[in-house]
Amino acid sequence: MNKPKIALYWCASCGGCEESVIDLGEDLLKLAQSAEIIFWPAAMDARFSDLEALADGAILASLINGAIQQEDHVSMARLLRKKSRYVIANGSCAHIGGVIGLSNLHRPEEALQKAFIDAETVFNPSGTIPGSEPFSGCPLPRPLNRVRTLDQVIDVDYYIPGCPPPPELVKNAIFSLLENSLPPKGGILSENRALCRTCPRQGTLPERLSVQRFKRVHETEWNPLQCFLDQGIICLGPSTRGGCQCRCISANMPCRGCFGPLDGVRDQGANAVSFIASLIDATDPETIAQIISEIADPAGLFYRYSLAASLIKPRS
Amino acid sequence: MTQSILIDPITRIEGHGKIEITLDSRGKVSEARFQVPEFRGFEKFCEGRAAEEMPILTQKICGVCPTAHHIASTKALDDLFNVSPPLAAKNIRELVYHAFIFEDHLLHVYYLGGPDWLLGPDVPTSQRNILGLADRMGKSFTTLMIATRNKAREIIARIAGSALYPVFGLPGGVSKPLSAEDRNFALSASDDMVAFARLSLNLFEKLLLKRTSMSEMMTDPLYYQQTHYLGMVDDTGRLSFYDGRIRMIDPAGTLHSIFEARDFSRHLVEQVVPWTYMKTLALKDAGRNHFPGDAPDGIYRVGPLARLNVSSGISTPLANAEYEKMMNYFGNTPVHHTMAYHWARLIEVLYAAERTAELAGDSNILCAEVRNLPKPLLTERSGIGACEAPRGTLFHTYQANSHAIILKLNLVVATQHNAAAICRSVFQAASQLISDGQVTERITNRIEMAYRAYDPCLACATH
Repeated sequence: MNKPKIALYWCASCGGCEESVIDLGEDLLKLAQSAEIIFWPAAMDARFSDLEALADGAILASLINGAIQQEDHVSMARLLRKKSRYVIANGSCAHIGGVIGLSNLHRPEEALQKAFIDAETVFNPSGTIPGSEPFSGCPLPRPLNRVRTLDQVIDVDYYIPGCPPPPELVKNAIFSLLENSLPPKGGILSENRALCRTCPRQGTLPERLSVQRFKRVHETEWNPLQCFLDQGIICLGPSTRGGCQCRCISANMPCRGCFGPLDGVRDQGANAVSFIASLIDATDPETIAQIISEIADPAGLFYRYSLAASLIKPRS
Repeated sequence: MTQSILIDPITRIEGHGKIEITLDSRGKVSEARFQVPEFRGFEKFCEGRAAEEMPILTQKICGVCPTAHHIASTKALDDLFNVSPPLAAKNIRELVYHAFIFEDHLLHVYYLGGPDWLLGPDVPTSQRNILGLADRMGKSFTTLMIATRNKAREIIARIAGSALYPVFGLPGGVSKPLSAEDRNFALSASDDMVAFARLSLNLFEKLLLKRTSMSEMMTDPLYYQQTHYLGMVDDTGRLSFYDGRIRMIDPAGTLHSIFEARDFSRHLVEQVVPWTYMKTLALKDAGRNHFPGDAPDGIYRVGPLARLNVSSGISTPLANAEYEKMMNYFGNTPVHHTMAYHWARLIEVLYAAERTAELAGDSNILCAEVRNLPKPLLTERSGIGACEAPRGTLFHTYQANSHAIILKLNLVVATQHNAAAICRSVFQAASQLISDGQVTERITNRIEMAYRAYDPCLACATH
């Protein structure tokens, strides 16, 4: 009965990474034969007190998903770190902040104000914002001043990229761990090739890619077999790690970068901006400015998943 | 001396939650709070984003029901850009959506809430989950369950890219036509889905209705609450997930109101309390605050039981027969027994499977015309999209400028409608089960069963 123990936990999360684990299907049952899932609130009954009662290092590995957005995420990440020999950041939010990182474009108070006071369907004459005024009973965790990635608050051993990660990657990570065949610490457990290199449309690339006009997906039709960039539709394939089986491309939609940057790239958004800029087929500043102005919401596009991990400082 | 009991975290649920029960000096429950301690702020950080990206961005509200947000969002874009999808595109969306309802409901039946009734509420904690269920039901059944759910998810993946991350929704259509191969896959998968849905209903009958100890739970006053009900219905008043009007009935079953989705804010209002991040919805015309413990006349419920309560029937034959059976079992409508959510959910599983088969068989669905391109906005505009998410009615409202950049958005999400009712269900269960200050594991799970029947999604509810 001394099976290695695994814990699965979520911070600021949508539950998609949990669904990836559920999607292991029969492999989940297999996993349960070789490991004991000791803590997994999404699917099993256990309390925080059970976790606290474990000896330090008693858990072989904790897979933590979600961004670090509230005080309780920090304390839980630290608790799981203490109890675990390995911590794996599971999915885009834990890895690079995910879409939750877009919160760093404003202050947390603005988000609370928007949801609880300004929303048109809200009736809140007393201006109550949850957690901001005293009440009896369990306190509500407060938001941090900015969203962080998991490795900005604790030491992380490995990363599984993707929003959410494909079940295959989760499965490989867990079984490699049980077989003690993981790569050196700090590794991102997917391939280190740009998505473009795995793209079924790769063969349609012209000798030199150039763009005279950027088009938005709702206002244009495109050839479903041809490279998106070659058709003026922004696709983050060149600056995004592969390993997702091109799931968006297979639905005839461009990449939005959820797998994060390749090894050695410090800032995925900056990398994407420089790549896209290099495609602009113009030399005079006015034409260049005109072409760039057609890119809708550059911050939300190039930094869709990686703002919290980027070099850009949050608004203070 | 008061005493406080904490169930933290609550489990087999989507998102973060805890229950805090306060006992008075005699050991009786004076308060029970269902608290949601998470808030991410989608309504703020989606401002400034490109409108056409909203179906992809807002699906991140929930990794369990991304397809519900994706569809509501895509419909909101149809409205924003004033464009309708071609018939084939509408059918493709619906095909994906019904496959999704099937697989999402099965997640609750076999992984989250189901273990409470499939195994019984008193099996040891360590077994009350999918692993215990796999042991009890045997390998062949478990394999069949996983395989059938995966087939439904594969229908979504083939059309929308991934069941974890659907991306096919565009204003005025979908991103690609349905291939003959994918259609054949959906046709064959839907046969298996229908068969498995029937098998699940048989199981429900055998394990729950025919076992006295369990069937008593179904009608136990512990899990009984008279409320209004709200849900979407089609032109003839029958169950509808993708489109329709919103129907509300009162606790006696009388029609309270019927309205277009775009008018929802005339009827419903969100309220805020300091101790939870979950906003609670109430009926607007009830005229005063309706929080847990207050008068129940502003409280309504949504989701599987509510949908069957507001519907006049179901358009597919097998599911309709099951609907009749359930309504006859209880005799009186609307059904106010919270545990009947489990039954209603299984009937919807069967409906979703039958509907998937119908849509895949549609002669029009292979048509290559799947997009109508919208015209540029030119002025500031707004759009509303609604659908029945697995857990209840979902509304996305967007306002965009003439460049189709989102100025503001408002999300009213399924579990929020149930928030007040869930709080009352938890209080009711706690106060009936705890009498002398003694709280055992047996009791805490029965309290948890009170909210679990709703299949709440707390990540969705707070977004």
